[in-house]
Amino acid sequence: MEFGPHLMLALIEGAVLSAVLALMAAGLSLVFGVMRVVNVAHGEFYMLGAVIAWFVAAGTGGGPAPAFVAALVIAPLAVGTLAALADGLILKRIAYDPERTIVATIGLLYILQQATLMTFGPEARPVAPPFNMRIALPWLARGDEGWGLVWPWGLSVTTYKLFVIAAAAVVLVLVRRGLTHTRAGLLMRATQIDRETAQAFGIPVGRVYALTFGLGAGLAALAGVLIVPVQQAHYLMGGDALLLSIIVVIIGGLGSLAGTIAAAVLIGMSEGIISVFFSPTLAKIVATLLVAFVLVFRPQGLFGQRPR
Amino acid sequence: MTGLILPKPKPLSRRAALKTLGAGGAAAVSLPLWARYTNAQSSEPIRIGFQKHATGIGAAYGNWYDRTSTAAVKAINDAGGINGRPVELVTEDDATDPARGAEVVEKFATQSNCDVAFGTLFSHVVIGSAPRAGELKIPYFVVSEGHHVASGMLNRWTVQPGITDVKSQVQAMAPFVAQNLGKKVTMMIPDFAFGYDHRDYFSAAIQAQGGPAPTIIAVPPTETSFTRYFPQIPMDTEVLYHVMVGPAVLTFVKELGEFFGGSRPAMFGFIDSLEAVDLASPGLEFLDGTYFWEGNPRYAQANQTEFDKNFRAAVGVDANGASVSDPADVSTYAHMFGCWETLYVIKAGMEAAGYAGPADRAKLIEAVEAMTTMPASNEHPQGDKLFNGRTHQVFGHQYISKVEGGKLVLQHTSSIEDTLYPDEVDYTTQPL
Amino acid sequence: MSERGRVILLHGGLLAVLLALNWVLPDYHRGNLARIMVLAVYAMGYNLLFGYTGLLSLGHALFFAAGMYGLALPMQHLGLSVAPAFLAALAAGAAAGLGVGLLALRTTGVAFMIVTLMFAQAGYLTILLAGAWTRGDEGFTIPQAARRIAGIDLTQPAARYAAAWALFAVALAALLWIVRHRTGRVLVAIRENEDRARLLGYDTHGFKLLATVLSATYSAAGGAAFALLFGYAGASFATVQYSILPLLWVLLGGAGTVIGPFVGTLFMFYLIDWAADVTPAYMLLAGLALILLTLFLPLGIMGLVRRRLGWLP
Repeated sequence: MEFGPHLMLALIEGAVLSAVLALMAAGLSLVFGVMRVVNVAHGEFYMLGAVIAWFVAAGTGGGPAPAFVAALVIAPLAVGTLAALADGLILKRIAYDPERTIVATIGLLYILQQATLMTFGPEARPVAPPFNMRIALPWLARGDEGWGLVWPWGLSVTTYKLFVIAAAAVVLVLVRRGLTHTRAGLLMRATQIDRETAQAFGIPVGRVYALTFGLGAGLAALAGVLIVPVQQAHYLMGGDALLLSIIVVIIGGLGSLAGTIAAAVLIGMSEGIISVFFSPTLAKIVATLLVAFVLVFRPQGLFGQRPR
Repeated sequence: MTGLILPKPKPLSRRAALKTLGAGGAAAVSLPLWARYTNAQSSEPIRIGFQKHATGIGAAYGNWYDRTSTAAVKAINDAGGINGRPVELVTEDDATDPARGAEVVEKFATQSNCDVAFGTLFSHVVIGSAPRAGELKIPYFVVSEGHHVASGMLNRWTVQPGITDVKSQVQAMAPFVAQNLGKKVTMMIPDFAFGYDHRDYFSAAIQAQGGPAPTIIAVPPTETSFTRYFPQIPMDTEVLYHVMVGPAVLTFVKELGEFFGGSRPAMFGFIDSLEAVDLASPGLEFLDGTYFWEGNPRYAQANQTEFDKNFRAAVGVDANGASVSDPADVSTYAHMFGCWETLYVIKAGMEAAGYAGPADRAKLIEAVEAMTTMPASNEHPQGDKLFNGRTHQVFGHQYISKVEGGKLVLQHTSSIEDTLYPDEVDYTTQPL
Repeated sequence: MSERGRVILLHGGLLAVLLALNWVLPDYHRGNLARIMVLAVYAMGYNLLFGYTGLLSLGHALFFAAGMYGLALPMQHLGLSVAPAFLAALAAGAAAGLGVGLLALRTTGVAFMIVTLMFAQAGYLTILLAGAWTRGDEGFTIPQAARRIAGIDLTQPAARYAAAWALFAVALAALLWIVRHRTGRVLVAIRENEDRARLLGYDTHGFKLLATVLSATYSAAGGAAFALLFGYAGASFATVQYSILPLLWVLLGGAGTVIGPFVGTLFMFYLIDWAADVTPAYMLLAGLALILLTLFLPLGIMGLVRRRLGWLP
């Protein structure tokens, strides 16, 4: 394929990845920002979203579209509730101490993975997308009669992938409006800025935390539901996703939703673009080191504030 | 006088003799299972340590390896065991991890009193565990398909007598591909050892058939989205050779279909990509008309041998290669026969060596090294085998099938000669 | 008894008991304990940076792998014998520690965690990229014949145990010496309040760098010993899992104590071993155990002991 169309294809694929990554990272960023803890099990919430989507699709008759809609509603709610429970039972009791939270969430990771293995099984299982049409994309090229549109072999996108990008964007806009225009959002932001003062003002910090943790997990699960018709549900799919979302959140800067989204776009796209030029493994090495160096020389990330 | 001390033996009448025999026979039939082995060297069971990938990336295979091994052990025990002794499988999970694999081998040798260790599939686990097996001097029968045994990297205690290795598989494919599909090949391989084996052996083999050096597209094994790699496929490619493995394979095929649309080059893949996956899965329609290497044809063919029929019945797999109790539970049919055949090789080896206990482990290895041809039979349902005692690797027929109407239909069976390559090691010169 | 005397009695006693076990233990447990001691050296290295200096790294697998490959590659490709290869491994670990330290120590807290994680990931990918020498994720074996030192075959169970014990003893003694003297105290001061330590005139950056290099060298020693004693080097030891494991062992055993890492490694190993016998879902039990431990035993086992015995280093 010519270079131009190849790049365009890489950008489109990158956009899909960025969309899903942005959702997952937004969830993590909320948890990081408001609660100041690293949730190592965040990737497992993503995996659970995909797995529950499969269970819903397998249990619902009537075709892939209603099953998908049902999964979109059920999975985030179920996973969010599970997360809120974990918060109340475990995280609250260890007073959100950062190191103990890491150990506890590692334990949670093992439990969730093993439970999924025992119920869902070790295979990767597909879920049918609600709709999926292939759209050939045109490219501007100079032919014998001057500039015109051509349809290069292989340059295409599917309607479902476009839907994923659109859906993620819509959800993120909703989340931002929720944070800025609702009372719950106000409480969350207040707790994020200064926990003690918020408590002094009578904000039920404990409940805010539970809500935040549940919301973060719900976003991850939603990302899982959106991606599962493109990839498959597999009990180990959380690991890579976790790594990428942690990178995105740190690069974007703690507590900045806009930063998180920008970082997701940057990282999602760059992986695709770099692989056009380099061998994939080399591309991953370059991307990884790039992340490290950004942090070394700008530790607050691209959009975060310098720690006071 | 002697009659007072020793009772005079009564002459045995024919009737009395028959009655005694009859009573003895009736008693024997009504004896419990364990007592049937009482005329054996000992009634202690022979313990085979089964290193199972119960968790981790190999878990889908581990499941079916377990079912096949259990069925084989049952069949062996129903027929009287090994040297009259019952066989017992001692199963441990190695989490598809090399360090844990080594610990499991140690456990078999020092804690669970196993006679041999067996069953590992994933190459990195085999390589990580084999040194311990060699140090502990426990026969280690792997069912891995990797070329590592025959390459000389391991030790004399490690043997692969039940499944062929990837080098011989790949080599045997090149003539068919060159004659039927084309010589200009693009290879899409995972960017790790398994993929490199395909890259190296197939490139050499296709060039020996007169084709140009293939275009290689290496994809990171953890990749989840493949579309951005497809543009690297040259427009004049005649054959796309693909061996993607891992949970993302269905995505790979689906996106390949979305990329090519209606017009695609000929395609040749390895069934490793689709083990335990239902061909009727959404997105796989694109594979119709494409070709696959199969270690053992998943669907019962027109020329199905009675051995294959018996194998399927014993393991609980139907004519579509899926579990009889759940048609959606597709087996890893191209690999799991390896467990069945390996267990029977262990049996044959122990019987040839007169194996009585761990002191005879070296004799067992030597007995296995002495094996050569293994004809197709209930013990070797995949087909004839030829074992190379010097390289510790077995060779057999390779199958090429075409996807037609959602099933795999056998097109070509290679001869064993097609799959042979020169020895790279002679383990028999190493001390035991 | 003086505090010094008690410390020597406790740690010396532990070493003596471990040495004696070489003759007492059945083969299976002896093999396990050899493995545990080697991994405990890795954990002790991690603890030096995490427990004593207060820096939580998520990338120590890089140093473990540096030691593993630092020993295995020269033995495989250059034909080096054990002793020089081991030194090469230590040098590789120290160099990696220096490199990572110079860059990563410009960050703190969560950023430090991520930077170390990234360097470790890059290291893992580099091992895969250099597959022509490292054989990537498959790894390679070190022939049994090459694993001898001074004529002793290290693949025999008694010699393997003795070698693991020797490494462990040296590492433990050295660590004890470091933490009880000036360096250790400065590290603890940095952990407690870095600004104050700097105000008191200590070169905190220099000390943190020293701690990183020492920690990396310990980890490399563990990695090299693992390759040597168990005959295999592979990329799976450079993955995130092997960065999380020492954190777990240290937290369970007691961060900031000298024996803690060993206790934690021993505990986790046998927890998984016991759970695997009970059920195939043993990781579930392990996960549950971790949650319970962090809920009710947050200081780790030796940390709890230190509450009673204040002199425990």
